[in-house]
Amino acid sequence: MTQLANANASVVVERLRTWNAQAVQQVIEYRGETTVVVPHHLLLATAKQCKENPDLNFDLLSDATCVDRFPIEPRFELNYSLVSIPRRDRLRLRTSVSAQQPVVDSLMPIWPGANWLEREIFDLFGIHFEGHTDLRRILLPEGFEGFPLRRDFPTEGKR
Amino acid sequence: MATSETALGTTKAMVLNMGPQHPSTHGVLRVLLELDGENVITAVPDLGYLHTGIEKSCEDKTYAQAITLTDRIDYLNPLGNNLVYCLAVEKLLGLEVPKRAQYIRVMMVELQRVSSHLVWLGTHALDMGAMSVMLYCFREREEILKIFERFSGQRMMTSYIRIGGVAVQPPAGWRDQVKRFLDMMPARIDEYEALLTENRIWQGRLKGVGYLSPETLIGLSTTGPGLRAAGVAFDNRKAFPYSSYEEFDFNVVTRTESDCFARYLVRVGEMRESLKIIRQAMDKITDDGPIKTEAPGIVPPQREKMKTEMEALIYHFKIFTEGFSPPPGEAFATVESPRGELGCFVASDGSPKPLRVHFRAPSFINLQALPFMVQGQLIADTVACIGTIDIVLGEVDR
Repeated sequence: MTQLANANASVVVERLRTWNAQAVQQVIEYRGETTVVVPHHLLLATAKQCKENPDLNFDLLSDATCVDRFPIEPRFELNYSLVSIPRRDRLRLRTSVSAQQPVVDSLMPIWPGANWLEREIFDLFGIHFEGHTDLRRILLPEGFEGFPLRRDFPTEGKR
Repeated sequence: MATSETALGTTKAMVLNMGPQHPSTHGVLRVLLELDGENVITAVPDLGYLHTGIEKSCEDKTYAQAITLTDRIDYLNPLGNNLVYCLAVEKLLGLEVPKRAQYIRVMMVELQRVSSHLVWLGTHALDMGAMSVMLYCFREREEILKIFERFSGQRMMTSYIRIGGVAVQPPAGWRDQVKRFLDMMPARIDEYEALLTENRIWQGRLKGVGYLSPETLIGLSTTGPGLRAAGVAFDNRKAFPYSSYEEFDFNVVTRTESDCFARYLVRVGEMRESLKIIRQAMDKITDDGPIKTEAPGIVPPQREKMKTEMEALIYHFKIFTEGFSPPPGEAFATVESPRGELGCFVASDGSPKPLRVHFRAPSFINLQALPFMVQGQLIADTVACIGTIDIVLGEVDR
């Protein structure tokens, strides 16, 4: 595997810990990738720090994705892939929300590109993004009922 | 949306449907255009007409079976999709792919890039009215598809790149075929440029159209030629090299004007750079050598071994019936697709089938910029902007 090893990882984590030690719940280093697990109420603030802190400078939100860990709680695990173009660095922010309250802050105020990424997660998993300007289904038809990518939704669909 | 009553002498905006059936939306894309005469006030894309639930389907298949689904996501870049998925799974498994297989992968993916840009150029020119360019581009693309057919038996949905390497050895005589293509191609690209680059109509249709600043583009998560035409030299092959790209000598093509014409120049330049990479890869690929890594239980054994050795037979049986189980964890691999940063996020729970496969589709994300690009411009410019973003609906909708 020749992807650039995350040499800057410890610097990034250290900056985030200095800013707010509560935000860095857990750090996972696996296969050359750094994941910072953040409590969901601190996600927006941490993301803002990642973008605006000049030592972090994660200007590009590459991807937002959800993993349904059903039946493990907290059920929905959100993964945000950040890229710093000037520093040639990558980071993953992870947070989890429960099935009873699948709500998390929208990252649109920080990266406008989060718009469709979050709409897709809402469409397929049913997670509500607080502060999203236009949260509605994007891939499935308007009247569709259910959230297909949840693990308890059958692949063949419901009829 | 304007829905109020209008007083006499004032105008009211009209909402018009562009698509989902439309020759210029490059697939089943529906764009609701709110128009003031010929000018666009707002454009709202409506997606999902090609949504087939590929990501959900991957969860029902073993890791190796899911490769065939990946071909069909960005159907103009099947090898790129194969590659990004295989890189993610290889990351999860901790597999190291042999250099020879990496060079073959690079060559195939760059051939795919040329083929994709040829389709882009042909269809974009067709939208703008330059119909003959379409036929020339598809004529050259035929040569690439013939190469793919020689290698894998398939013109488009090759599934040639597999976990651990590539599917089969390169066929006899492949070097002559690729060399003939490489010798012919630069002159053909010169032909396209002779028809278009200095053409007053082409420049008139594309210069100054669809401008977005680099800050806006990065904020909207745009990557690929659209971002490079704004002066941001971000290319995954250079920034986060994968599959031995750090051993290849090529340039990242950038412009600064960030309009449709700049994106055209960037993509044509990228075609030329790809030809350089293909030639270097062709020289690096040795006549003999491995095409897959040795990983019993994960990568299927060679057929000769499977037919004579007991262990190989057992491994073959286990791989094709049960599949292999990567350790629990997640991996995110990215490649530079012709459309931008193509990523694949794979999550494993320790079972033979993936827990979650997600594709970071550049067309889906780049399309977010469309409403910003076309605001205040003409409908004809909307056609140019949709073409310049270079979307493939299979990737937008998955």
